[in-house]
Parts: sequence; structure tokens; C-alpha cells
Amino acid sequence: MRLIGWLGLAALAFTVGGTAQAETVKVGVVLPFSGANADLGHQIDKAFDLYVKLHANDIAPNKVEIIKRDEGPPTGAVAKTVATELITNDKVQILTGFVFSPSAIALAPVVTQAKVPMVIANAGTAWITNLSPYIARLSFSMWHHGYPMGAYAHDKIGCKTAALAYTDFPPGKDSTEAFKTGFEKAGGKITDSIPMGSPVQVPDFTPFFTKVKDAKPDCMYVFIPSGAHAAGVMKAYGELGMRKAGVKLIGPMDLIPDNKLQDMGDAAIGTIVMGNYAVDLDNAENKAFNAAWHKEYGKDSYPDFMSAAGWDTMHAIFDTIKKLNGKVDDGSKVVDAMKGWSANGPRGKVSIDAATRDIVQDERAMEVIRKPDGKLGIKVLGTTTAVKDECKELKVGRCGS
Amino acid sequence: MPHFANIAVSILFDGLAYAMFLFITSVGLSVTMGLMGFVNLAHGAFAMAGGYIVVSLTRSLGIDFVPALAIASVTIGVVSIPFERFLYRRLYRSTDLEQVLLTIGLAFMAIATATYFYGPIPKSVPLPEWLQGDINLGFRYFPSYRAFLIVLGGALIAILWYAFERTNIGAKIRAAVDNRRMAESVGINVDLLFTLTFAVGSALAALGGGLAIQLFGLSPSFAVIYLVLFLIVVAVGGLGSLKGTLLAALVLGVFDTGGKYLLADAGGFFIYAVTVAVLLIKPAGFYGRE
Repeated sequence: MRLIGWLGLAALAFTVGGTAQAETVKVGVVLPFSGANADLGHQIDKAFDLYVKLHANDIAPNKVEIIKRDEGPPTGAVAKTVATELITNDKVQILTGFVFSPSAIALAPVVTQAKVPMVIANAGTAWITNLSPYIARLSFSMWHHGYPMGAYAHDKIGCKTAALAYTDFPPGKDSTEAFKTGFEKAGGKITDSIPMGSPVQVPDFTPFFTKVKDAKPDCMYVFIPSGAHAAGVMKAYGELGMRKAGVKLIGPMDLIPDNKLQDMGDAAIGTIVMGNYAVDLDNAENKAFNAAWHKEYGKDSYPDFMSAAGWDTMHAIFDTIKKLNGKVDDGSKVVDAMKGWSANGPRGKVSIDAATRDIVQDERAMEVIRKPDGKLGIKVLGTTTAVKDECKELKVGRCGS
Repeated sequence: MPHFANIAVSILFDGLAYAMFLFITSVGLSVTMGLMGFVNLAHGAFAMAGGYIVVSLTRSLGIDFVPALAIASVTIGVVSIPFERFLYRRLYRSTDLEQVLLTIGLAFMAIATATYFYGPIPKSVPLPEWLQGDINLGFRYFPSYRAFLIVLGGALIAILWYAFERTNIGAKIRAAVDNRRMAESVGINVDLLFTLTFAVGSALAALGGGLAIQLFGLSPSFAVIYLVLFLIVVAVGGLGSLKGTLLAALVLGVFDTGGKYLLADAGGFFIYAVTVAVLLIKPAGFYGRE
């Protein structure tokens, strides 16, 4: 009897201890903090920090410990090294961040083997989510923007012919392939496809664009990483007077990241992009997000679509930690808990498709305008709700495997 | 105008503008390496610093772009003097490795400093009305800014050529490049010449950095990512040769632009192909001494 009494006490102590004991979840953040694309890393990092700061109590008594590492250049090698260290040395339980597709691609076999969930906050090459059952993506696939833009450009913008110009790495090929598929299905004709160098350094875009200008298609669809490249594209496009020459600039929203839009000047006005976010989006979550951002980072700092995805990414991670009550050691359980997750964020309603672990979100055609207050902004021309990654829906190429 | 002629004019014009940028930014590096045998990998950092001064002057103080370029160039020229006197000078007789370590370290420090003050987001500059849009040269339109680059580059080449070939100081510099000991023994103050040419080279780099903002945008990593281009120009042209640097800039600028225009699939590769070809035939560059 006495023995049972002791056992009971011990069991009681165990359960009490079990519920009261707070878990500290280690989250490894891999983002570019150096190099030509450092500002992309900072856009997401600021959103992560802001979410963690404002929502720390949501997961109480559990806590997160964020460990940050530099993703390095867009080649994947550095990202693979630092993420492997995060897994083996720092024992992180969740990996997140990843601006560049090559990083996510290089790391897929590592997270599969280590059974650590990898929650992607940006890298958008469509087939990345097929590479490992431990990958979930909160940002977008290149097909989210590129594919619907094809039909939209042909039917609504009036592009009968279009030239493709892209930065020569996986998401560039993916984005232009998506646009081409949609555009040709709608009856448009692609006149040219121009790779424009590597994502590591911003090239002089003039020779590429001069070629397009001389060939005079109705539209030019451009994909570039949305860092320093975006500003360069707009400069060359404006300088060459291409809009005056009748070549419209279209593309995914990477062309007009909100934190660089004000610097782009008149050349940007009239650019039409397909995307999921702009600071001008009219919804309550976005207004609150922008207000919190300006309060934390100053009135001249703007979030952009990467920040919005970063915010939703940390939101999904926090909800998962809460759902599992901090028990995140089993990577497959974490991924399972994320399947079907949905929330309202700055981008509107977003959810994770249980079958593909990729995001489902609204896509908007947006045009750059000069707002009444003199600043540049966007006007939403049309919205399609709950868009899935068409690459996997249509099983195109590697998306089908 | 027939199509192929139009293409040729496009390539030549854009290539020439690009070449002028390459020349202005690289010539200082070439002279430093030729004259002092010093490997200055922080050259790009001086260019980047010049660019940020232009950004601050135009955006915060409202100074026009062209005077801002001049101010930035002179400022960096002056600021580079203590670097040469107190840091670089100590390592003139050291091994290449030590020089490389010092200067690449300086470049990284410059990147961190610029990131601290300006942030990593690329900056742009407001251009005056006359540098925006395009100008009509009778038979077709050209972007004004690139035309400005070509004119400015041409003027600088003329000035440098005159200073190098026709003035007393120029003759002394050439003498010091050819044979430093001999130059010293006939009473030329080579130390002072070093400082002077280093300052002028850095000032030109700063000018190049200011001019590059409109071409590539300006972010802190400018100090390193375009360094390869400058080093290629110097290697192909031959160390310490004004003529060589100019020829290399022209060849690389036009080939790079032409390659990107005509054969975009292999475009980025052209500049390296030309470099390898030239160095195979002339290992010391166009006008370098074997």
C-alpha cells in the first residue's frame, strides 16, 4: 500500500512536472545576411523578429530559441553547410528561412535524412516541395504568379507577343516556363527567351533589353531576384524608353518589392505584376502588420512580399508549436501538424495544402500607380482566390514526380 | 536603317558606355599595381565609398548629381592618402599574400561599415533632367546617361593621356614604373609619386562608383562583387599601362555587350573567354611587360 502510495505520488509529480515543464523549441533561421542579396534576408528576418516579439505569449509556457545563420550567395553551398551545422551541432528542431531555391534544393536530402522539418519562407522553384516530405512552404511557387499571368497578359493586358527575360537559375527558368505555359495556352506567342546572367551580381541589363526593344514584342515578362536586380531592371527599362516604344513590362511581383518601389521613380508606373502581396493591400491584418512594422523599424522602412511570407511562416511555426505543446522532436509530426493549417495574414487568407505541403493563397494582378499623396503604390486590378501551385496540379516536368 | 546596322550601333554604343565605366574604375587599380606592385583589393571599396558619398550628397543635401560626383571623387582621393601613408606603405615590400589579406580585410570592413550606416537595400540617385530619357542623334535615339558616360570617359582619357605622356610628373611616373631604383637614383621622389598616383586612382574609383549607381544600383557588396571585373580589365590590359587599360576596357566592354545581345545563352561567358584568349597569347596583357 505504501509502495503504491509512493508510486502514485511519483506519477502525480511526473504528470505535474510534464505539464508545467516548458519546452524551448530551437528554430534555425537561414537567411542571406551578406552579399548582393543581404537585404532580402533582412526583409524576412525583420518579420520573424517582429512576430516572435509580438506573439511570444501565444506559445507560453513554451519558448522559442532562434539561431540565425548566413545563407550566403545564391548557390546553395554555404546554406547547406550552415544548415547541416544547425542540425548536428545546435540540434535545431525546425529549420526556416531560405531565400534562394538552390539552398532549399541542396538541403532537401539533408532534412530528409535528419528528419528535421524545413519551413520555407521564400525559395519559390515549384518542385522544391516534392524533394522531401519534411518540406513545407509558406511563400509561393513561381507558378502561383507566372502561370495565371500568362492568361491575364494575353486576355486583359493585350499582349499578343511577349519576350521572356530572366536571371539564369532555377526559379528564373521556372517562372518563365510557368508564364509561357499559361500564355501559349491563351493563344499568345513568345518571341524570345533571354537568360540574363547569374543571381550573384547585377548585370548591366541594357544589352538584353535593347535586344527586346529592337524586336518590339507587345510585352516583356521579366523574372529577377527581387533585391538589387529589381532596381537595375527598372533603371534600364526607363533609360531605354521601352514603354514609349510600346513594350510593356510585366512579371511576378519580384519586379516591384515594396521596400524599393519608392526609389524606382516614374519608370515603374504602369508595370503590371501578378503576386500575393503589396503594402497597399486593403485588409485588417495587413494594416496591423504595417503599423507594427513602422512602429518597430521606422516610417521609411517598408515590409514587402518576403516579409509578409516571413510573418505567415513564423505564424505557422508558432501555431504548430502550440498545437503540439512544444513537443516538436518528431519532425514528421511537425509536418503533419502543419498540413491543412490556415490563417488570415497580411496576404489575406492563406493555408497549407495537405497533399503538397505548399501554400494556397490569393493571387492579384497589380499595377504600379502614382498615389494621390505623391508616393508610388499599387492598384489591384483583379483577384483570384485560393490559388494552388499549378505546376503540381498540372504535373509539369519535375512537379509531376 | 537596316536591321544589322541598327544592332551593330546598339552594341557599339552600349559597349562603349560600359567600357568607359570599366576604364574609369579600373585605371587606378592598374597604375597602383604597375607602379607599386601592390595588390589593392580594397579598390572596389573606394569605389563603393564614392558611390555612397554621391548618394548622401544628392539625397540628403540636395546637391546636383554632377557636382556631387566631383565632390565624392575629391573627398575619396584625399581620404585615401592616410590609407596609403599609414597602412599600405608598410606592406610594399611584403608578399602578395599579406597585401591581399590586408586589402580584402579592408574591403570587408568597408562593407560592414556601409551596411551599418546605409543598410543593405540598394540605393539609387536622383538624376538631373538632362541625364534622364534619351537624346536624338539624328538617325536614332540613345539613352542620355550612357551618352554622358561616353563623353565624360573620353574627356578623362584625354586628360590622363596628357598628364601621363606630356607632363613632367607623368614622365616621372613612367620612369618609376619602368625602373624604380634608377628613378630614385636620379632624384625622383618616388614615395611622393606613389601617394599622388594612389590618391588619383582612388579618386577615379570613387567617380566610377558614383557613375555605377545608375547602371547597377549601389549596395555595400559593390566593394567586392565587381572587383573581378576590374581585376580582369587590369590583367588583360597589362599592369601599369594606361593604353592597355583603355584597350582592355574597350575590348571587354564591347565583347561583353555584344555577347549578351547576340548570344544571350552564352553571354555572361564571353568576357571570360576573351580574357583567357588574350592571356594565352599575351600572358602579361596587351601592354604589360613580359
